[in-house]
Amino acid sequence: MAFEGLAERLQATFDKMKGRGKVSEADVKEMMREVRLALLEADVNFKVVKKFVNRVKERAVGQEVMKSLTPGQQVIKVVNEELTELMGGEQSKIAAAQKAPTVVMLAGLQGAGKTTTVAKVANYLRKHHNRKPLLAAADVYRPAAIDQLETLGKQLNMPVFSLGDQTSPVDIAKGAVEQAKEEHCDYVLIDTAGRLHIDEELMGELQEVKEAVQPDEILLVVDAMTGQDAVNVAESFHEQLGVTGAILTKLDGDTRGGAALSVREVTGVPIKFAGVGEKIAELDVFHPERMASRILGMGDMLSLIEKAQTNVDDERAKQLEKKMRSADLTFDDFLEQLEQVRNMGPLDELLQMMPGANKKAMKNIQVDESQIGRVEAIVRSMTKHEKENPSIMNASRKRRIAKGSGTTIQDVNRLLKQFEDMKKMMKQMTGGQKGKKKGKGGMQLPFMQ
Amino acid sequence: MGFFEKLKSKMTEQTDAVTEKFKEGLTKTRDSFAEQMNELFAQYRTVDEEFFEELEEILIGADAGVSTVMELIDELKEEAKRRNIKDSKNIAPLITEILAEKLDKSGQDTALNIQEKDMTVILFVGVNGVGKTTTIGKMAHSFKQEGKTVVMAAGDTFRAGAIEQLDVWGDRVGVDVVKQQAGSDPAAVMYDAIQSARSKGADVLLCDTAGRLQNKVNLMKELEKVKRVISREIPDAPHEVLLVLDATTGQNAMSQAKTFQEATEVTGIALTKLDGTAKGGIVLAVRNELDIPVKLVGLGEGIDDMQPFEAEQFVYGLFKELVEEQEKENLN
Ligand SMILES: Nc1nc2c(ncn2[C@@H]2O[C@H](COP(=O)(O)OP(=O)(O)OP(=O)(O)O)[C@@H](O)[C@H]2O)c(=O)[nH]1
Ligand SMILES: Nc1nc2c(ncn2[C@@H]2O[C@H](COP(=O)(O)OP(=O)(O)OP(=O)(O)O)[C@@H](O)[C@H]2O)c(=O)[nH]1
Ligand SMILES: [Mg+2]
Ligand SMILES: [Mg+2]
Repeated sequence: MAFEGLAERLQATFDKMKGRGKVSEADVKEMMREVRLALLEADVNFKVVKKFVNRVKERAVGQEVMKSLTPGQQVIKVVNEELTELMGGEQSKIAAAQKAPTVVMLAGLQGAGKTTTVAKVANYLRKHHNRKPLLAAADVYRPAAIDQLETLGKQLNMPVFSLGDQTSPVDIAKGAVEQAKEEHCDYVLIDTAGRLHIDEELMGELQEVKEAVQPDEILLVVDAMTGQDAVNVAESFHEQLGVTGAILTKLDGDTRGGAALSVREVTGVPIKFAGVGEKIAELDVFHPERMASRILGMGDMLSLIEKAQTNVDDERAKQLEKKMRSADLTFDDFLEQLEQVRNMGPLDELLQMMPGANKKAMKNIQVDESQIGRVEAIVRSMTKHEKENPSIMNASRKRRIAKGSGTTIQDVNRLLKQFEDMKKMMKQMTGGQKGKKKGKGGMQLPFMQ
Repeated sequence: MGFFEKLKSKMTEQTDAVTEKFKEGLTKTRDSFAEQMNELFAQYRTVDEEFFEELEEILIGADAGVSTVMELIDELKEEAKRRNIKDSKNIAPLITEILAEKLDKSGQDTALNIQEKDMTVILFVGVNGVGKTTTIGKMAHSFKQEGKTVVMAAGDTFRAGAIEQLDVWGDRVGVDVVKQQAGSDPAAVMYDAIQSARSKGADVLLCDTAGRLQNKVNLMKELEKVKRVISREIPDAPHEVLLVLDATTGQNAMSQAKTFQEATEVTGIALTKLDGTAKGGIVLAVRNELDIPVKLVGLGEGIDDMQPFEAEQFVYGLFKELVEEQEKENLN
């Protein structure tokens, strides 16, 4: 797949420029072409890209890049800054009404993830803000939409308000607000049917719901894999409903997620949360700056580290982070990590959170969970010295380890290879590639020197 | 016969409801696309670099994918040069021709592989929320209308309400659904479904699966297992593995197609949600880069909102106005 990050793209351009010393206007033009392509491949809408590239180009031609001795860094810096600015600050707060209940309505295209996200937000509000939400089943069209919400409600042990599928969504929404008042629920989360932004009748219905219950928050749910059309969808929903925020779903996939940028550019509303899995707990606060680097294919190291932190105690997480940054991992760390990772979900999924982080290296380190036991056995059969110095491994050592762990030499070799790949990848991700050892402070991009 | 005449005669041969439905569903797609094309032709008199740049943008705006678009533009430039086309008006048919050719690459069969003597098993795969279950419901209906006995297998045992959803479709269409409890092994459901469908003498077995993102290794393995169980019971089954793609999806659809193809040997694509404003241009990229034929298109949520894919119809839908304009000019 022609899916490189901006860093790799620009690197190629600079390799060509090498030895010429000075950056010409033509060079800038070529760089902007790479920026444009990187954004298009990431699914940022082409009109949004055009505007964006013009802004970057202005800054690049005037001063910053052309006069710089490290134009590559400068371009990335400018792009990153512009992108981060466009993405806006972190704003994952859900409105709270003066007088309970706060009414939140979710809307979006078919299959975007509204129903699932209603459950996720409810869980979030309870877990982090100690709120008591009521879920309202106002999708009367999709087969079994109510069953779906009720099942989720049961999983959460939360009340679901439903009037079946023969009542209008307006009445359901009103009824839900009434019930919330009676039962002292402080949030009403309204699940609505998926609809096309060009479906006048159904968009009209949402306007009626809005009219009737005056939501404090109208959240547009957008699939992170959405392509160029994200602009039309977001613009249209916003125009007709006045959305107050967006939620990006399915970010656990390997999409670059350029739709995020398109949605921001045309609506100006904050993206508040990110859906990162099918399970109810898999909702993240949205981090604009991380999204910016994801779109550019710069990896998402910070998200990974944060995910580790919520599952591992702080002290160990810090150690892990340090080790990852410095890439001086030993097999003991590897083992410990495996254990921690077990609590977080599959390792390969974690690694997949780093889009563009050298896919080739990543392929070799996809760990099959059923194999974790075997891996553990192998590592446990190593001596302390071997664990700390994997490079001393020779044939007789491998033979001994294989025997001790009840595996084969091939298994041992594979693990050693995976381990090396992992170290290599971490080095690349943390900026060690170009000889710089320990990236202090902010994340080092693979490209920077 | 020229390309447009061929296209035209093809269209008039099929002036039935099918074509109308297809065109109706594509109205939005066509309008915006043709609008852009017209704007393009109004703006540029001659076929120059700027013209191609604009064209490139239109195609990228349709999600056709950067590399496919580049390739296409290069081809166009070359053809235009070869045929000595200088007026932008005259390049419209060339664009149409090349697009249709790409969609119908090597004349691959876009018809479904239906077994005449034995039961046909079709497995549906794809990422979350693209329209697998709905497409199964629509397909069950269409097979039933052909007089076939259909059974559906509720292989999504994971998502909340998935079994109930298929059940509703079962009632709607009037076909049996084989299911187990939520949370049970999807491969076991398939095994059951095959036995049950066989004993009922079913003609078609439609197998639903849970949506899964292609980068989830374990879930992809689970899917491989589901397919393996089917093949073990019926050696040449599944006869079709249909990857459901959402037309709204951008470049990730390519990665979906690639990974699902690796895991399950996808035989065709069902492109859903073409009734929106998304242009579904990714079809071009998928066809071009992976050579997987599109077999079905989804044009709405209703039971009848599905049609077999027809490359020429698809292109005609996109360029209808342009084609008509061309005809008018030819008459004058
Ligand atoms: N991997 C992943 N899947 C998700 C996420 N959010 C939702 N899904 C899945 O996406 C599919 C569609 O989700 P729903 O919640 O049913 O979507 P919806 O918008 O309510 O759909 P309609 O009501 O039909 O319009 C389901 O399979 C969900 O499990 C996410 O963040 N990650
Ligand atoms: N407008 C439109 N909506 C569609 C089309 N096909 C499916 N949908 C809708 O898209 C949503 C998701 O469809 P499903 O059939 O549940 O998708 P799925 O792939 O089975 O989803 P999961 O099982 O959750 O992965 C539903 O609201 C469907 O009604 C289509 O062609 N056009
Ligand atoms: Mg829903
Ligand atoms: Mg389904």
